[in-house]
Amino acid sequence: MTLDRRNFIKLLGGASTVAMAGASGVASAAVAAGSASEVMPKGKQRRVVVIGGGYGGTIAAKYVRMLDSSIEVVMIERNKQYVSCPFSNYYIGGLLKDLSSLTISYDKLAKNHGIKMVYADVTAIDPAAKTVTMGDGKSISYDRLIVSPGVDFRTEEIEGYNDQTSLLMPHAWKAGEQTILLRKQLEAMKDGGTVVMSMPLVPYRCPPGPYERVSLIANYLKTSKPKSKVILLDANDKVVAKAPLFTKAWSTYYKDNLVYVPSKKVTKVDSATMTVTVEGIEDFKGDVVNFIPPQRAGRIAVAAGLVGPDKNWCPVDTISFESKIHKDIHVIGDSSSAGAMPKSGYSANTEAKVCATNLVALMNGKETVELSTLNVCYSAISDHESISVAAVYKVIEGKIAAVPNSGGISPVDFSATKYEHIYAESWLKNILTEMST
Amino acid sequence: MMKWSKRILVSSVLAFSANAYAVPPTAEMLTFGCLGCHGGNGSSGPSMPTLANQSKEAIVDAMKKFKSGERPATVMGRVAKAYTDDEIALMGDFFSKQKFFPTTQALKKAEAKKGAELAKKNCSRCHLENGKEGKDDAPVMASQWLPYMQIQMELYTTDKRKMPEKMADKVKNLSKEELDAILTFYANVK
Repeated sequence: MTLDRRNFIKLLGGASTVAMAGASGVASAAVAAGSASEVMPKGKQRRVVVIGGGYGGTIAAKYVRMLDSSIEVVMIERNKQYVSCPFSNYYIGGLLKDLSSLTISYDKLAKNHGIKMVYADVTAIDPAAKTVTMGDGKSISYDRLIVSPGVDFRTEEIEGYNDQTSLLMPHAWKAGEQTILLRKQLEAMKDGGTVVMSMPLVPYRCPPGPYERVSLIANYLKTSKPKSKVILLDANDKVVAKAPLFTKAWSTYYKDNLVYVPSKKVTKVDSATMTVTVEGIEDFKGDVVNFIPPQRAGRIAVAAGLVGPDKNWCPVDTISFESKIHKDIHVIGDSSSAGAMPKSGYSANTEAKVCATNLVALMNGKETVELSTLNVCYSAISDHESISVAAVYKVIEGKIAAVPNSGGISPVDFSATKYEHIYAESWLKNILTEMST
Repeated sequence: MMKWSKRILVSSVLAFSANAYAVPPTAEMLTFGCLGCHGGNGSSGPSMPTLANQSKEAIVDAMKKFKSGERPATVMGRVAKAYTDDEIALMGDFFSKQKFFPTTQALKKAEAKKGAELAKKNCSRCHLENGKEGKDDAPVMASQWLPYMQIQMELYTTDKRKMPEKMADKVKNLSKEELDAILTFYANVK
């Protein structure tokens, strides 16, 4: 698999928690989820386990504790630090000198709310026994489970994709090392070079993300490497987010450096020749290639059989985001199919609050509350201008849908772009504070 | 930490199954979406205002003007249109009952001192108690983020946002530096 995966496992080796420190050796025999190797045995106290400490998981863990402190909350996360995907395009475009403003740790959150942290990789869920199994074979039991693992890549659909591909053609669609790698490649590229970006069909994480990225790469090229260009190969037949705004930004600011090509679905990659192939026939060669593979629910959600007939995303109810497949398991964030809500950080944030509210109500035998959620996504189009899309969602005829006659995109005359650039930075600061305190 | 549990978990006297029935969105449910930007324990700033402890009247007034388009906005105009007047009242009531969370911002002390005199003379009839309370729909300004207030003042003085008459009468006689000093004073109130 990718560099990410191997690094996560490497990190995992050095990050055993106190609770797991008693484990002796490699417990390969204990992979069948069960009792013998259970850590943190559950007492009388009810327990919610949260898998994943990103935009969804942190908020879900925090809100369950805020709503009912008699419920024990255990959050299982691979890494000691989390790097936000939102704003990682700023770094790729050279607008941030490092990732520190995008990085949070879990210490304050855990301390403030009494959340028990376990740093481990979850490899299996047993919905019948109500346990999760970690990379070392140890298991933890739960009364209810919240799964918020983000996305995984469907690299098996891409001919030629192998272990080395993401090192040579970084996706940078999970923030951290991949983000830094793509930036380094852009910096190293000679002026006059070509950057090829490839993005998948919807649905994928962060609909406006690729368009923001291509804008900020073009902004970097325009200012630092003016003879260079970036080509965005979009598998979709048109721009799928904030279309009038992005297309205006491209024609106004980047017509010499940015080429947008719709209906170009890459089916094959060759990292030796830095070539991507569209529909098996048309080759595009880049000095830098940012290949963003098609996506599905996080690996653990797939492994646990939480995905629906499409085999990619997890069907959930509209009350508490409980899985339609396995009882007492709730799926939030990118992995879930949440009606009209986009797969964004802000969506995950508000889904987590709805999930926590109604999960606690259900555990306490109380009334549940109808969903009301919100999504706001800012995208930078240059070093000082941003655009946004916003919507409020409710359940309409059984489905999560945007409230009619509201929401929408920024004014197309760009009258708000300078303010929105300032507000976007505040958004990041506020939402990361909410996740980490 | 907010104590919401009691209000959210009103005891149920109805025996409906959860998936078949849920009560309409409560104040807490409606405000969940606000907190990503405006903060659960007040905003972390700097350009998004803290709503915790804001007056209900000011929030309702702002939301209605966002909704009608009377008040200029970036995302708030689009967002406010999604809520009914009853929902807006619930949200305003919720924020007005939240604890006051003073902001931490680096401010010029001399500026704040100069602003104190000017604020007393020009603003204190509506922004009561050094801005800790608002008369009618005048907002609470104490400890509000300075960049947020500066953006609003810019909108006022460039005629993009309409000032109440009494405010316009005062503002027209104040220089940009004096207005900045006044805002710095309010931002500095703890």
